[in-house]
Amino acid sequence: MQFWATVLLDGLTYASYLFIVSLGLTIIFGVMKILNVAHGSFYAWGAYTAAFAIGFITDNELSEALFLPAILISAILVGVVLGYVIERFILRKMYNQDIHLIVLATFGVFLIFEDLIIITFGVDPYLPYQPAMMLGWVDIVGLNRGVYQLTLILLASIVAFACWYGLTKTKWGKLLQSVIYDREISVAMGIDVTKVYVVTFIGGAILGALGGAYVAPTTSVSPGFAIDLVVLSFAVVVIGGMGSIPGALIGSLIVGILRAFAVHQAPILELFVVFAVMAIVLIIRPEGLFAPPKPRKI
Amino acid sequence: MFTGIFKDTSVRILITFMIVLCVLSSLVLPDWMQNNFMYGLSRGLAILGLMLLWRTNLVSFGHALYYGFGAYAVALCQKYFGITDILLRFAIAVIAAGLLGFCLGFILRKYREIFFAMLSLAFSMVLYGLLAKAEFLGSTDGMSISPSTLLGMELTRQYLFYLITFFVICAAISIQAYLRSTLGHLTTAIQDNEIRVEYLGYSVQKAIHIKYVMSACLAGGAGGLMAASLGQVDPDSMVNWNVSGELVFITIMSGWGNILAPFIGAIIFEFIRTYAFEWAPQAWAAIVGGTLLAIIFFFPGGIWSVIEKVFNYGKKKNVK
Repeated sequence: MQFWATVLLDGLTYASYLFIVSLGLTIIFGVMKILNVAHGSFYAWGAYTAAFAIGFITDNELSEALFLPAILISAILVGVVLGYVIERFILRKMYNQDIHLIVLATFGVFLIFEDLIIITFGVDPYLPYQPAMMLGWVDIVGLNRGVYQLTLILLASIVAFACWYGLTKTKWGKLLQSVIYDREISVAMGIDVTKVYVVTFIGGAILGALGGAYVAPTTSVSPGFAIDLVVLSFAVVVIGGMGSIPGALIGSLIVGILRAFAVHQAPILELFVVFAVMAIVLIIRPEGLFAPPKPRKI
Repeated sequence: MFTGIFKDTSVRILITFMIVLCVLSSLVLPDWMQNNFMYGLSRGLAILGLMLLWRTNLVSFGHALYYGFGAYAVALCQKYFGITDILLRFAIAVIAAGLLGFCLGFILRKYREIFFAMLSLAFSMVLYGLLAKAEFLGSTDGMSISPSTLLGMELTRQYLFYLITFFVICAAISIQAYLRSTLGHLTTAIQDNEIRVEYLGYSVQKAIHIKYVMSACLAGGAGGLMAASLGQVDPDSMVNWNVSGELVFITIMSGWGNILAPFIGAIIFEFIRTYAFEWAPQAWAAIVGGTLLAIIFFFPGGIWSVIEKVFNYGKKKNVK
């Protein structure tokens, strides 16, 4: 009982953070058909900016209530700036290119931004633990867990709800769905696809940065910590179905809980299970477990 | 298949290039440059394999699987059987990776485009996940590899260099022979239209499978040689996904016009990395990434297209 509660709780926490990051990735893929390796850069930059902001607040002894707004603002700032720059100056020139070339271009962008982090923030790790300290700890079914980690689950639920609402109930969401469904027809109907692309990419970038910024207080933020995340979020997106939003939710739950189970039961399999599941899903159902049905085009 | 292979212009240029390299390395080159050429040539084998796949529009984002598998095969054979002979090492790496490629090929040959890329990524990360956590394989520290021998004799680095060039020449000539055969000509046909190839009576999946196994063998051999010349294997620099990304990057940088292109590309990459590391140790990855973007935007045909233009080589002969 105790064991399963631990697995479930750790798995859920981990899944929430994977979900926030992968959601950005899957939306970008669904709309723009781009597999964005540079998503890791949004994540890393979000984490570093948040760590820097938290350090600034602590050093100047400002109010602790500023921590949460600071995290949100750094995520939005990073998402808007990096998202716009990458979309405007790199991706926009490549939309008609081979899909593999675009993946490689984002890989190049990822390498560049990895080093820009080292140049901007230095090589020493940041430990922005203050927000996590502030909220303290709590006992849940006999398990001592940080309240901050638990708010991650709350944040993921808010993001999931906002995303569902935005996509199905607002005008912008409907435009987006039409572009996902068929780009050409959308252009013919008068939708400004370029604008949709910019907004989507920035939105996805903000989600990636938010994942990084929110997770920063629970880990040590050091160079190269986005490398593992990129491929993990790829696994999540592939398991759920590339471009599917409920897929990202299911995918992150599967990966999160499996990984938590492996960590407690057989640490040697921690990474193995995740990618084994990814491979099995690709073999059995390449379009992903919850991919939207493909319209047959003539 | 091999008849008249030595009359082929590409093969002649390749052999001349390699001989020039050998002479240079034995006479003038300083040690560090010789190392760069050695790593470049070894890695070039893997690039040659990726180039084969690229010609059918298949891009593997998980070729580090075979690269690392070959390297670890060499490391394990040394640990458990004490094999240090360079010929055996190369053979073991090639055969091990080839067998793995043969098995996975049955699944992968049905996949195209982004699904092919993702599935090969998944397979390579499965191996990474195991290697990075397995204590008896050294986990993330990897394993060290003792210097190679040849038929029981000690092998100096100079002779290792000659041997690597020899392996490279053999591999490249076989690939050229393959490309000249009917099976090789199918490559581009499959890229153009798979259904027509099927109607002509060839099995597309079988052709892709054969090509996949060849590219796995090449990548495995590259890993084996790299392990032997570096003296060290570890998952982060041999099997992780960014290694696969690097390999694909060098493929694009080289271009796919000729069997020599991968080796030139890999050598240039090795030099870019060394110099970038020397001038700007904190920004070498950024320099590599910038080069990648520059190649994609300004030289989509890779370095070989530039060489072709300079020597006007493409107009006189039909380039393979």
